[in-house]
Amino acid sequence: MKSLAELKAIRERVQNQMELRSDDTDKTRIVVGMATCGIAAGARPVLNEFMQEIDKRNLSGVSVSQTGCIGMCRFEPIVEVFRPGEEKVTYIKMTPDKVAKVVTEHIVNGRPVSEYTIGAAEGGK
Amino acid sequence: MNIFRSQVLVCGGTGCTSSGSTELFDEFEKHLEANDLQNEVKLVRTGCFGLCALGPVVIVYPEGAFYSMVKKEDVKEIVEEHLLKGRIVQRLLYDESVHENTDEIKSLNEVDFYKKQQRIALRNCGVINPENIEEYIARDGYEALGKVLTEMKPQEVIDVIKDSGLRGRGGGGFSTGLKWQFAANSVSDVKYVCCNADEGDPGAFMDRSILEGDPHAVIEAMAIAGYAIGANQGYIYVRAEYPIAVQRLRIAIGQAREYGLLGKNIFESGFDFDLDIRLGAGAFVCGEETALMTSIEGRRGEPRPRPPFPAVKGLFGEPTILNNVETYANIPRIILKGADWFSSIGTEKSKGTKVFALGGKINNTGLVEVPMGTTMREIIEDIGGGIPGGKKFKAAQTGGPSGGCIPAELIDTPIDYDSLTAIGSMMGSGGLIVMDEDNCMVDIAKFFLEFTVDESCGKCTPCRIGTKRLLEILTKITDGNGTMEDLDRLEELANTIKSGSLCGLGQTAPNPVLSTLKYFRDEYVAHIKDKVCPAHVCKGLAKFVIDPDKCRGCSLCAKQCPVSAISGEVKSPFTIDTDKCIKCGACIEKCPFKAISKQ
Repeated sequence: MKSLAELKAIRERVQNQMELRSDDTDKTRIVVGMATCGIAAGARPVLNEFMQEIDKRNLSGVSVSQTGCIGMCRFEPIVEVFRPGEEKVTYIKMTPDKVAKVVTEHIVNGRPVSEYTIGAAEGGK
Repeated sequence: MNIFRSQVLVCGGTGCTSSGSTELFDEFEKHLEANDLQNEVKLVRTGCFGLCALGPVVIVYPEGAFYSMVKKEDVKEIVEEHLLKGRIVQRLLYDESVHENTDEIKSLNEVDFYKKQQRIALRNCGVINPENIEEYIARDGYEALGKVLTEMKPQEVIDVIKDSGLRGRGGGGFSTGLKWQFAANSVSDVKYVCCNADEGDPGAFMDRSILEGDPHAVIEAMAIAGYAIGANQGYIYVRAEYPIAVQRLRIAIGQAREYGLLGKNIFESGFDFDLDIRLGAGAFVCGEETALMTSIEGRRGEPRPRPPFPAVKGLFGEPTILNNVETYANIPRIILKGADWFSSIGTEKSKGTKVFALGGKINNTGLVEVPMGTTMREIIEDIGGGIPGGKKFKAAQTGGPSGGCIPAELIDTPIDYDSLTAIGSMMGSGGLIVMDEDNCMVDIAKFFLEFTVDESCGKCTPCRIGTKRLLEILTKITDGNGTMEDLDRLEELANTIKSGSLCGLGQTAPNPVLSTLKYFRDEYVAHIKDKVCPAHVCKGLAKFVIDPDKCRGCSLCAKQCPVSAISGEVKSPFTIDTDKCIKCGACIEKCPFKAISKQ
């Protein structure tokens, strides 16, 4: 070890990986529906894409987890985004292609991508 | 992809390892792979979480789901339900970690067991993988060493430690800063830094858990100490009976060397420091500083008179400091957060926190760290979860064979060095054994004396012969042959041993006798005058009786009795010949009608 800067570099790199273990509750949560219906509709590639996007952008304070069937199987894959202090946003019929946009617009900049949300689908009926 | 969406922390402390966490870990590995999750879910083996009673413990993040008493068969369900489908396995969650009404998971800091704790020495235990130096670095590890080497003079380091008020956590409670100052003042080309990891009290596992859960904290602190006093070599003296601790220390030292945090020219400061491990064979006396150093030198572990103190003439005749594991674990935090921060925690003369190993008759057996000044009641009732089976608290034993007991009427005593000494006990290294109404205090004193008789090195007469005689008197009393004069003899002999012994082992060995005599004299008197053991523990005083109203005369007990002490006619009540009875208790277990009792 040569310098404090070198130590700091290691610290910051590993801190990101360990952040998941913190108990603080003001994290952004991305929840992917991963019941039978979700998996059949292709939820897994979506989940993987989210992980890769987060890794690529080196985002901190974001966790990705799965949940069971939400009850609207026809809209799967469904992804819910919980930002601290904000209302939940539900994205439907997600594909890996849509993920990058959700991450940049919503997770990073705080503007939900309304055309992917359940609201847009219901309204457009 | 090198970021994981979920992390599974499996406790790899000694408690959980002995209840099967190694198999759990392998099982997780297997099922993660079977479900193709190995690149999404990270499996981490950590140190002790503290709640050993509920082990093996597994925590799954990001949810923070606290699974307790996990069995090998449960792993498949956790992987397939929780990790694959996102459905938490409710039945395995630790009750206390779930909100009563909503079933939502609480953060760990809200759980009763952790709420009143403040973790400084244990801050990384159960959080990081102890076999990965980078995880330690991510938690500000080696930052303190870097700061010390690049920004501080040795004397400034010593001043910070002095100002923090840190006192030795191994039992004696001597000011750590002063100890360092004495060693720094000694003029010599060669000096040594030693770590006492020879934890020997029955029921104590604080140092073991720190070494297993956060070995780098000790390594970093020893390097800081080396810089402060001007030493380039350190030794960790750890008992061979702690295989996991030894293995993790070896790995940690290897990684620290690889990262250049041990070795030559650390942080390009020109400071060299290296560490070696010395294994002890588990003799209790080697926890005494002079005996420990003699043992490192390769000679028989026996104490020698002081002065000269180790700070002047220690290991290999050179100035040496010797601190305990837990003391070292506090050092990096003190350097980083400052003396004022540390001295704001605790009481006037005892600063910081203390780790206790909770054991005995308590619900939450495990490892806790509380600010000094916390009362015994808070530790036992709030954190420890009280005594199982609704039994009554009788006493707590602190300090192991060197300590004394704290009776129920003093349960509100704040715990710090001075208040414990004032009531005839001592802080010791932190073993805390809780006793309820079923424990006989004379028997407890006897138990600890048996230990010290075994462990006395035999070098000085008061300890070698005195403790043996003490034990003989205690045995006489528990066999029902004691006299009231024996009590005076016990006290006189105990005080002689205390004042006449060479080292701490002998000087403190009579404490269990003196403190039980002080607070539970009536129990001694009951053994002597009434020939009764009030807690029904002492076999020599027990009497086995068959209740004629309950006995149906089935003769099972008579067949079971190894000395044919039970006789009678079938279908009428049997009787026990108390002269023949050897009080083995075999009949009690055999009786289908619960007609036999011990009185």
